Amino acid sequence: MFVHFFHELKKANVPVTLREYLMLLEAMDKNVIENRVEDFYFLSRASLVKDERNLDKFDQVFGHVFKGLDLTLEDHSQQLPEEWLKALTEKFLTEEEKAEIEKLGGWEKIMETLKQRLEEQKKRHEGGNKMIGTAGTSPFGANGYNPEGVRIGQKEGRHGKAVKVWDKREYKNLDDQVELGTRNIKVALRRLRKFAREGAQTELDLPDTIKSTANSGYLDIKMIAERRNKVKLLVLFDIGGSMDSHIKLCEELFSAARTEFKNMEYFYFHNCLYEGVWKDNRRRHNEKMNTWDVLHKFPADYKVVFVGDATMSPYEITYAGGSVEHWNEEPGAIWLERVTQIYENAVWLNPVAERHWEYTPSLQIIKQIMGERMFPLTLEGLDKAMRELSR
Amino acid sequence: MKFEGTKNYVATDDLRVAVNASITLQRPLLIKGEPGTGKTVLAEEVAKALGVELITWNVKSTTKAQQGLYEYDAITRLRDSQLGDERVKDIKNYISKGKLWEAFERPTRPILLIDEIDKADIEFPNDLLQELDRMEFYVYETNEVIKAAQRPIVIITSNNEKELPDAFLRRCFFHYIKFPEEDTMRAIIEVHFPGLKGKLVQEALNIFYEIREVPGLKKKPSTSELIDWLKLLLSEDISPETLREKDPSKLIPPLHGALLKNEQDVHLFERLAFLARRERN
Repeated sequence: MFVHFFHELKKANVPVTLREYLMLLEAMDKNVIENRVEDFYFLSRASLVKDERNLDKFDQVFGHVFKGLDLTLEDHSQQLPEEWLKALTEKFLTEEEKAEIEKLGGWEKIMETLKQRLEEQKKRHEGGNKMIGTAGTSPFGANGYNPEGVRIGQKEGRHGKAVKVWDKREYKNLDDQVELGTRNIKVALRRLRKFAREGAQTELDLPDTIKSTANSGYLDIKMIAERRNKVKLLVLFDIGGSMDSHIKLCEELFSAARTEFKNMEYFYFHNCLYEGVWKDNRRRHNEKMNTWDVLHKFPADYKVVFVGDATMSPYEITYAGGSVEHWNEEPGAIWLERVTQIYENAVWLNPVAERHWEYTPSLQIIKQIMGERMFPLTLEGLDKAMRELSR
Repeated sequence: MKFEGTKNYVATDDLRVAVNASITLQRPLLIKGEPGTGKTVLAEEVAKALGVELITWNVKSTTKAQQGLYEYDAITRLRDSQLGDERVKDIKNYISKGKLWEAFERPTRPILLIDEIDKADIEFPNDLLQELDRMEFYVYETNEVIKAAQRPIVIITSNNEKELPDAFLRRCFFHYIKFPEEDTMRAIIEVHFPGLKGKLVQEALNIFYEIREVPGLKKKPSTSELIDWLKLLLSEDISPETLREKDPSKLIPPLHGALLKNEQDVHLFERLAFLARRERN
């Protein structure tokens, strides 16, 4: 009945499933609501959306499907393959041609036609005056001339007259490579669990109680300490500079790790580990802690996790005085080696996508220092890292 | 059975539809929202409006799903066996029923409130999937299947401290209690303080929404805090004029303790007041 609506929601990345759709139909069938559009909106929202973050997307899709409003979802925009739009040619138009294009029609009509064309067209197109491509006189495409044209995949129109950028996305879908929120991180972190019974005996040990009761002939209660995760974690975050773009991911990792590990210590550093680390970014220049103190304080059974993009100038790692912020007496590489020597279990989590790693020399150096134990900060990478740490 | 809101609880249209859908389809209703927007109260009011019993299961960080079904008291049984108690022959005597079992047993449809489900361990909702879906569970000790006589109306609240698993979400209706807009807020105040002076409400609401707008607040005040604050304003007999004073040195509203629950937030306000005063001089 509302299959179209359902598909539109799917397209807009609202996570809806068949089960929820059937639930909606069942509710309609049982006359939960009276025949009012608002009520239908409320009902479909309650049954199809399960996270307040998706409410906005849902509203836009609903408006689009049932009221015919214009669909301008931000991340719903589509992306054309880059090579279509590489500006290979520049075309200069005569005055007559320009006038002719003026006549094409209003904004609304252009957007409508664009939608149709995007669907019709599947190949790279250049020149001509209908299809989307580069350097033509069609209203759609890059670097061409049409006063009312819509720019596609080009940041600034050379004529500076296009009204709206419409980036079509068709292939950007990375699924399980993409970070999906703290729940998934927590599940991945669970790999790193080493249960031990330590501390006050607060739990009843049933098998032992039965055994000793049978042995001694009277009720002999045995208690046992609660099972706790005894993994101890020392996390060192690279903060500031190029890490700013990964801040959300790091926050999610941090909050997930915080709830998962009771024994977790964290410190911040900038770009590379040197002689000082800090706990509060606002007071980083006043309240630095000597890295030696940190290494002495936490015994070797701590597991060390670095979180950083390892992207910097190679001198910042290999030379004394290479740091961008202060004069470091010893190069960062020495500090990193000290950590790997003291702590048997150490990994480096990198928020930069793995396919870009080979292009950054500093990243390669650090990866080498870490003994190849560098993992991308994705669910898959996290999983591998936790396996490595629990060895 | 249809829920239409009560005279003590202002239910918006969307909330009403969500509640009714979950009643009719006998599926759990998951309620989320800022703390203090009336998530728990909703269950109480639905129970009152429908005239049915409310069974509340408060979830804590140590709560296990099994505790909602039943618990087997092995120790007492062991002791009884030594004392030669007759009860020991029947294992049923040592099984204590959990909240879910209680709800399943009721001859009339009760409401089961699972409060703050996000407080429990991350696997907790998964452990309840089957039980809430089929409304039955298996008791290993006695080899019996407990099935709900009447599928209870299940209302679940969450404060968003942990994300819930997708499989669990798929089985629920979901409603996010939005922070009330000024009109709804007025209706809520009218419910709590009938006939309150219009001017006082206006001034109080202005201050309230202004505070919520202040960037960087750790905990924004919500409906329940506003109600408490109004109660205090009334008992201290503070006039609308005092509230309206736009003297920057008095940026902190009177009796702010009811609205700001965090010393960092109070500091933030004091700092802002201090800055405002310095600018004036």
